[in-house]
Amino acid sequence: MNKTKGTIINLILALGILVVVFPFIYMILTALQKNSYVLPHPQDLFDDLIHFKFYLGNFAKAWTEGNFQRYFMNSLVVASFATVVGVFISALTAYAFARFQFPFKEPLFKIFLISMMIPGLFNIIPIYTVVHSLGLVDTYSGLLLVYVCTGIAGNTFFLRGFFEQVPREMEESVVVDGGGRWTIFRHIYLPMSKPAIATQAIFAFMGSWDEFFVALTLIKTESKRTLPIALQMFQGVHGTEWGLFFSASLIALIPSIIIFIIFQKYFVQSGQNEGAVKG
Amino acid sequence: MKNSLPADPFVQAKMSLRQRISIGLKQYGEVFPYLIFGLVGFLTFSVYPIVKGIYMSFFNYNIINPALSHFIGFANYIKVFQDPNVLISLRNTLLYSLVTVPGQWILGLLLAILINAKVTKFKVTFRMIYYIPVITSWIVISYLFKYLFASGPDGFINYLFYSQLHLLPSPINWLENPWTAMTVIWVLGIWKGLGWVMIIYLAALQSISNDYYEAAMIDGAGDKAILRKITLPLLKPTTVFVLINLIMGSFNVFIQVYTITNGGPLGQTEVLLSYMYKQAFQFMDFGYSSALSVLMGIAVFILTYSQQKKIGQSNI
Repeated sequence: MNKTKGTIINLILALGILVVVFPFIYMILTALQKNSYVLPHPQDLFDDLIHFKFYLGNFAKAWTEGNFQRYFMNSLVVASFATVVGVFISALTAYAFARFQFPFKEPLFKIFLISMMIPGLFNIIPIYTVVHSLGLVDTYSGLLLVYVCTGIAGNTFFLRGFFEQVPREMEESVVVDGGGRWTIFRHIYLPMSKPAIATQAIFAFMGSWDEFFVALTLIKTESKRTLPIALQMFQGVHGTEWGLFFSASLIALIPSIIIFIIFQKYFVQSGQNEGAVKG
Repeated sequence: MKNSLPADPFVQAKMSLRQRISIGLKQYGEVFPYLIFGLVGFLTFSVYPIVKGIYMSFFNYNIINPALSHFIGFANYIKVFQDPNVLISLRNTLLYSLVTVPGQWILGLLLAILINAKVTKFKVTFRMIYYIPVITSWIVISYLFKYLFASGPDGFINYLFYSQLHLLPSPINWLENPWTAMTVIWVLGIWKGLGWVMIIYLAALQSISNDYYEAAMIDGAGDKAILRKITLPLLKPTTVFVLINLIMGSFNVFIQVYTITNGGPLGQTEVLLSYMYKQAFQFMDFGYSSALSVLMGIAVFILTYSQQKKIGQSNI
């Protein structure tokens, strides 16, 4: 009885996997097909798979043609900066809320929380006008400011909880040595909250790597585009060259996949945080 | 949050206003270097835009030269309620919520329960693979679905259901017809989101103490009874959290509409965000667009805030 039930459950899960994985397999097969100016016939793709007839030319072409490498680097630079600066500022702010007393602290924190209940994209028009009036449209500074600042509320909320769990007795060793708040922050709170900060960093990086609408709205110059925009434009220009498009897409997915595989455990622990970073 | 309460309320009450202000200022002096960057950034890019958005919604806003904007009162809001396209966008957004929220939720919960079952092998592998759609780029996935649902017998979905399984009388032009196009958008939403629901529920399931299950087994409860009487009730806080996030996420539906149909055919698949975005950046009507986003913001805020109240502060 239990055995059949086990078989059924495992079978359902395996079938589900097929539904989840198949679109990716089909994408890879398309990328590996040689002549794909038109919609390839599915049967041809499967035949190629059976005969191990794979063509890597699309990947080479996608990587070398046009400005793809440049877009890749743009995204890498933007996402890295947004991550480092964003996590650092959020950690500072979270520490302020976790371990300082000051008037209106809780009301202020409440405003942080309330702001998280409005989906981020709803604000894109006034945010655009703010960036516009700062003269930062079409600059990475503008883009980074938006990425970093719109994440502050959620990240601060998340990290504050972790900082408050650090036992206060740990601060004593630093105080005895004559260290101040900054030393405490650097030598106690940051190291003690490493897993939380790592989680934060991963989501910040993947969020900005993948971000579309803010970049679409703010960046005008072609050479400054980030990957998601480049992919969208590429699709617009090359239309039905699906092999080439999916080769470029697969290259664009590599960083996310690598990060996911290396830091898998952080994703699992911290699903609770996704909602905060999403917006 | 305990730390925030005054250490001793009696001491505070006894202090004069002046003393309290001076202590407060001193406290701000200490916290200043830590708080200032986050606070300024938050105020500039989270609070101020909300205020600015409300302000803009009362103007015929001129983005090139804001000084030329003129106040038009509630005209933008009145236009919202008279615009038939708003109704279509609202309908499509609500339909997206009604379909994808339960879809992701039920499938994600089911997956978590199945993966968590004792008899399941390769738990870690299953968990990892089901999570892959969550981490992959929206842009790539959107175009991938556009490709899978391509028209004609060579689109993969048509190939599978028409040419191979013969479940369809003829190949469907998925993206040329509003309802089938919206189905594609819904399927994408569910497919991409259920891994997130699964991960959250798995974490919650793993934190349920085994004692409950042992006690139930001793009392002779069957699998179904255990699921209904123990597991599901204990998952309730998680469920509220998941649903709030899914509902909020569903109002964010935009990128897949923008890339797959771009609102077409004839604006029939437009959602609120895509319509709002078009009004601003295509038709340059920033005031009208702001009025739309203010109304949407209020609606979502009331929805999430009231849910939040129900579960209390601890579980945000």
